[in-house]
Amino acid sequence: MKTICFYFQIHQPFRLKRYRFFDIGKDHYYYDDFANEEIIRRITDRCYIPANKLMLDMIHDSGGKFKVAFSISGMALEQLEIYSPEVIDGFKELAKTGCVEFLSETYAHSLSSLSDPAEFKDQVRMHADKIEMLFGQRPKVFRNTELIYSDDIAPLVTSLGYKGMITEGAKHILGWKSPNYLYASAVQPQLKLLLKNYRFSDDITFRFSNYTWNEYPLTADKFMNWIAALPEDEELINLFMTYDTLGSLQPAESGIFDFFRALPRFAEERGITFSTPSEVLKKMKSVAPISCPYPISWADEERDTSAWLGNQLQKEAFEKLYSIGERVRLCSDKRLKQDWFYLQSSDHFYYMCTKHFSDGAVHSAFSPYDSPYDAFINYMNVLSDFMERVEAQYPSSIENEELNALLATIRNQGLELEQMKKEVAMLRKKKAPATKKTQVKE
Amino acid sequence: MKALMFGWEFPPHILGGLGTASYGLTKGMAMQPDMDINFVIPKPWGDEDQSFLRIIGACNTPIVWKDVSWDYVSKRIGDAMDPQLYFDLRNHIYADFSYRHVNDLGCLEFSGRYPDNLLEEINNYSIVAGVIARTLDFDVIHSHDWLTYPAGIHSKQVTGKPLVIHVHATDFDRSRGSVNPQVYGIEKDGMDHADHIICVSNLTRETVITKYHQDPAKVTTVHNAVEPLPEDIEAMTSSNGTKDKVITFLGRITMQKGPEYFVEAAARVLQRADNVRFVMAGSGDMMNKMISLAAKRNISDKFHFTGFLKGKQVYEMLKSSDVYVMPSVSEPFGISPLEAMQCGVPTIISKQSGCAEILNHAIKVDYWDIEAMADAMYSIITYPSMYEYLKREGRHEVDEIKWEYAGQKVREIYEKVIRR
Repeated sequence: MKTICFYFQIHQPFRLKRYRFFDIGKDHYYYDDFANEEIIRRITDRCYIPANKLMLDMIHDSGGKFKVAFSISGMALEQLEIYSPEVIDGFKELAKTGCVEFLSETYAHSLSSLSDPAEFKDQVRMHADKIEMLFGQRPKVFRNTELIYSDDIAPLVTSLGYKGMITEGAKHILGWKSPNYLYASAVQPQLKLLLKNYRFSDDITFRFSNYTWNEYPLTADKFMNWIAALPEDEELINLFMTYDTLGSLQPAESGIFDFFRALPRFAEERGITFSTPSEVLKKMKSVAPISCPYPISWADEERDTSAWLGNQLQKEAFEKLYSIGERVRLCSDKRLKQDWFYLQSSDHFYYMCTKHFSDGAVHSAFSPYDSPYDAFINYMNVLSDFMERVEAQYPSSIENEELNALLATIRNQGLELEQMKKEVAMLRKKKAPATKKTQVKE
Repeated sequence: MKALMFGWEFPPHILGGLGTASYGLTKGMAMQPDMDINFVIPKPWGDEDQSFLRIIGACNTPIVWKDVSWDYVSKRIGDAMDPQLYFDLRNHIYADFSYRHVNDLGCLEFSGRYPDNLLEEINNYSIVAGVIARTLDFDVIHSHDWLTYPAGIHSKQVTGKPLVIHVHATDFDRSRGSVNPQVYGIEKDGMDHADHIICVSNLTRETVITKYHQDPAKVTTVHNAVEPLPEDIEAMTSSNGTKDKVITFLGRITMQKGPEYFVEAAARVLQRADNVRFVMAGSGDMMNKMISLAAKRNISDKFHFTGFLKGKQVYEMLKSSDVYVMPSVSEPFGISPLEAMQCGVPTIISKQSGCAEILNHAIKVDYWDIEAMADAMYSIITYPSMYEYLKREGRHEVDEIKWEYAGQKVREIYEKVIRR
């Protein structure tokens, strides 16, 4: 019996404002509030609100048979809390149905998995805490930023206690294999992998309203026929896409909402079910190990990390950023920590991508900058200021280890003092009755 | 395919970008095996490279019949023109111009520059064009810039051959909007008579369509390109003796080039960085103003003027630079950033320049956005990856911008107007 595993990604970065190098050292606020609010509000009205309503309707209409998973980055959650709290309420309502699973990811939608394991773990925990606080369930399945996965990331994920992970069904990794099975990591066999079926996913995300596509128009009936026509033992169809597909990438007038609304009915006719990733892990067994020595992702034709770390500019910015990671984690200043997360969003690196000069316009369409060079200049100015602030907290002349020891002493001082106070109090108590007794004796 | 071209400048004696573009384009077109180009200029010096076309000097073309011998002609102008051509031309004098002041060969005098009596020279050039057009055999007429439009029109009327005009600049670019009506008149007349109009950028094309009211269907953009660097220049190295980075402005110091924005941006960069120097190379009517502006901003110790640079000095300057800036207020194309990129210099250009349309690996800012310009300068001198990346990718990109391709586009236009 075939089952479809739907998962939607929701992420919005904190876009940076025009930050000139004269501002370095003077202005410590980096974000373009106006643009962020405008974008969040627009996407809320166009996509999040109607899509949440649609999901709720689908779950109710199908009697709980429709299942879906979401992954919402910390950045998106924070902005939704500020600008569109009604969306959070919508997700809470969805969570209550029991048909919705929330996945784990890095809080900042960061690329930390590629260079900073300590930061990665911190962020995953932080994100899980936030999800549990908001939606009352602790995530069990992990999905990395932009579905990035490699053999080096697998141990990190298992060490955090996750049994399953979501990634791209990249052709160069799968080779002749089909993505429609459950796989396991070659280095960590206990970590199961759900691979995106990019053909079916992209049919909806990118081709749905494309008039020149020979399969246009795509109907729910036809789509379910395709899935039903797959070989019998290919039982798992992973449809992973960004939530913006509903109403933004594919506008409402393209009929995308009606397409989704009709899916459960046609699925049921053909005996196809829906599952959340956790249910898949419970129900199915992995068929083979997948080895992936170099990182893969769901971006571009290459399905690698070149969209974020493809050119020299991106690499310099990335290395500079994570060079201060350890130091920032030693700091306790709240604003500093907040900026640290906001600056890590993979989007900032995506804007610096120069690939689109030759291939598709996907990159430039999402960028608030005129060119990758503008993106780099702006980001580096902000980062310079940020690094100066970190430096101001603790001068870089002190080594990290030394600093750590000093900080430990300072932190422990409080504890020690308290302990000593307790001891003093205890000793006093002891002494007090003793003196009384002696008095009595006298 | 035979083309009769009218131009005003040709290297090595050039005054602006027009000569460079004329040379590059004709050289690129000459790579087509069946291309035959006659290029008319007011005054050849005799040292022009004629390996791929024939140069005809307007100052050597007779308009009054003089009884001179072969030897005499050969002695007088033999280095610039084949005597046989002189006699052929003499046979096609079409009217009595003996009231005009001509020399011993029956030719008009030309300065070949941009003198005060430019309009008269343009008119004379057109008279001469009539003789040339009647003499030579060609399929298409190609006029470069407004100075030669009357000559083109004249030739077209005499022969009925199609006229293509090439707009390297319009008066709107040169004057920042306060257009000279006479120049405008000549430009508009040329465009109205042309069978096709070639513009060096979409920016110029837009001007031609909206300001000169031309039918968009007959206006095509053919972007300029750049000649590969000769080996001796390729081998040059930086002669920067200081440890400081060098940021360079190179061009005429005139209103059109926006030098004041460069000075203002420099002042801002120097507020934060002290390992940098600024050079303003070139001369022009705003030079003194810029010197005093730099003094007023109190940056004269880090801001240098070189005066006019010529020939190899230009490349020496570029090779010693770490950043090249062209803040032009209005630049129909602007070949110089391409040359800087050939020398491996990261480049900042204004969005108001035509070359911004074809360059990806240069930083583009609005000419008035001093802060963005300063920001871009600062980031190139501060972040090694930015410098290296722009240097490498810029070079890469500009190596692919070839006159040969521009020549092919012009050829397609020729074919089109001839078939019509």
